[in-house]
Amino acid sequence: MTTAITREYTPGFYEGDRPKIVTSRFEYEDSHTLERYLATGGYEGLKAALDKGPEAMAGEVKASTLLGRGGAGFPAGVKWGFTPQGVWPRYLVVNGDESEPGTYKDRLLMERDPHQLIEGSLIASYAAGLSQCFLYVRGEMPLAHERIAQALDDAYAAGYVGKNILGTDFSVDIVLHWGAGAYVVGEETALIESLEGERGMPRLKPPYFPAAVGLYQQPTIVNNVETLANLPFIAANGSAAYTAIGTETSPGTRMIAISGHVKRPGVYEIINGSTTFRDLIYGDEFCQGIRDDNELKAFVPGGGSAPWFLPDQLDVPFEAKEASAAGSMLGSGAVMVMDSTTDIPEAALTLTRFYAHESCGKCVPCREGGTWLMRILERICSGHGTDADLAQILEVGQSICPGDMPHAPSQRLGLGGVPFPYKMTTICFVGPSAYAPVHSALTLFPEEFEARVVPAPKRVSIPLAVAGS
Amino acid sequence: MSRLSDHNVLLAREIISRYPRKKSALIPLLHLSQEQNGYVTHDAMKHLAELLDITPAEVIGTATFYEMFKFEPVGKYVINVCQTMSCALLGSDALMHHAEQKLGIKAGSTTDDGMFTLEPAECQAACTEAPTLQVNYRHRYRVTTDDFDRMIDDLRAGKLDDEIPPHGTLGRNRQHIPADRFVGAPDPDDVHEGPAWIPVSVGDN
Repeated sequence: MTTAITREYTPGFYEGDRPKIVTSRFEYEDSHTLERYLATGGYEGLKAALDKGPEAMAGEVKASTLLGRGGAGFPAGVKWGFTPQGVWPRYLVVNGDESEPGTYKDRLLMERDPHQLIEGSLIASYAAGLSQCFLYVRGEMPLAHERIAQALDDAYAAGYVGKNILGTDFSVDIVLHWGAGAYVVGEETALIESLEGERGMPRLKPPYFPAAVGLYQQPTIVNNVETLANLPFIAANGSAAYTAIGTETSPGTRMIAISGHVKRPGVYEIINGSTTFRDLIYGDEFCQGIRDDNELKAFVPGGGSAPWFLPDQLDVPFEAKEASAAGSMLGSGAVMVMDSTTDIPEAALTLTRFYAHESCGKCVPCREGGTWLMRILERICSGHGTDADLAQILEVGQSICPGDMPHAPSQRLGLGGVPFPYKMTTICFVGPSAYAPVHSALTLFPEEFEARVVPAPKRVSIPLAVAGS
Repeated sequence: MSRLSDHNVLLAREIISRYPRKKSALIPLLHLSQEQNGYVTHDAMKHLAELLDITPAEVIGTATFYEMFKFEPVGKYVINVCQTMSCALLGSDALMHHAEQKLGIKAGSTTDDGMFTLEPAECQAACTEAPTLQVNYRHRYRVTTDDFDRMIDDLRAGKLDDEIPPHGTLGRNRQHIPADRFVGAPDPDDVHEGPAWIPVSVGDN
């Protein structure tokens, strides 16, 4: 059984008797201070990295198979290797613009252990030869700003950041940068645009793969907060200690936020790869079941963008390939649970409204399609929808995600699944994200939509002869 | 008087110096001007354009993309009630309805006394603590209607002044890089060599 000893100062977080990599200091109230950080092994990873040398450190990260935690799940060490030879300077951009619906982990890591993130950023800069680091923090997180600003000031004063770090020739600045409220900026090329002082609209890939052509058109590594927070552990303990936790394809731990209709919604650091959704939702050390002991109806497995899962998929583990095969993705580690009382079309509308609102307007299928989907859903939910609207949803969806849209299999409906990923006509994932929830809802719970709509009136055209004769 | 104050111009120059290209400082400077005036004024945007060597149109072009920037006066306290999935599943609609009743305004407007602006908001990264709201972006968790009423009374009475600064102030402290520790932010066009700690022969793997 777990205790909730840290809830007072870490809202939402629950400890457990599990290996801790990124939340090891959450039990201390003063976990954000340099004093506590140093007293609990802080900056030992940086020292170990400086002893190893940049090449060996980069090799260590590659060997750890650390997967990016921002949503795409790409191996961090491999990403670093994509920078073109001999092109300088290179930059590090830390993606702290956490705003995917359901996701609540990077904010905790920034507020509760800012030095861990700073140390991770230093290790990444050292290993990949990055000469300046920008820490982009979502604007709506002032406590994170305050804690990181203080932590950076302390780290500069103590010689951990800036010129000649710890007396070596390693020198890097870390600049805290403020966001200003735009979901799409969480996409790495939009983040770079925003950091250049522009409207946060994603860039076309190719040619703008950040590792090759990023900030100021220079090679740029964009890493998520949680990804970097893993580096001090890997540097201090070695990649073998990291891969000893979790599974071969998904090593280490993951921060997961589980919210919605569960008894104990919370943020948990779980063992990657082997923990299943059943463990998370029903396990004693996690959410302890559905509220009021209701039936589980559906759940979103990986942030608002992800196609939904049904109770059929409860035994899928937190492993990327298995989740894909089951028709969805693990995304940013956010599970949202819906019990039997949930109005499915309304729930889909909530998410689609979010993505329609957050479309940056660059790609037509997203800008127009997202809004169309929202309006159609609003019509259906308010009782004015027709059966033609249901066909229209799929038609609009086809213009955003052509071909088969991934969805989970359903035993109840006798329906086979379609594996992830989808095809897309937009630059980034905002467009498909507007469609994914409504597609899942309509495919997995067609009866709830059919019950809300009336047959479309037949179009009657007036014969010309009547008017003319 | 809505250009940046002399004190803030100094701060602005310090912020600008951290970036290899000036325009990168635009969003932090927009926050600075909003901190000074509670919202972003036209004069402030012209002033920022001067400081950054860009046109006022470029400033407004960027500024209008981001939801946190306000271009007309808002309440001393901007209350954002989260409306996204996890909060919606746990009663954010009812909370918003109650907030409108309590404040006597519709979402999207400001009370006559200029104290409160009420806005619907999107995911605030506190999904396990639904329903949530933010007052000037400071979180409030698992908010009941009673909690809301008490919070409004406390804000009116000034009891939360220590915790919640007026709208526009993001962090109450900001990063200061000591000059003797600052590595510098050269324009990338002026950098041709790899960093000192990367061995020339092996730096490009």
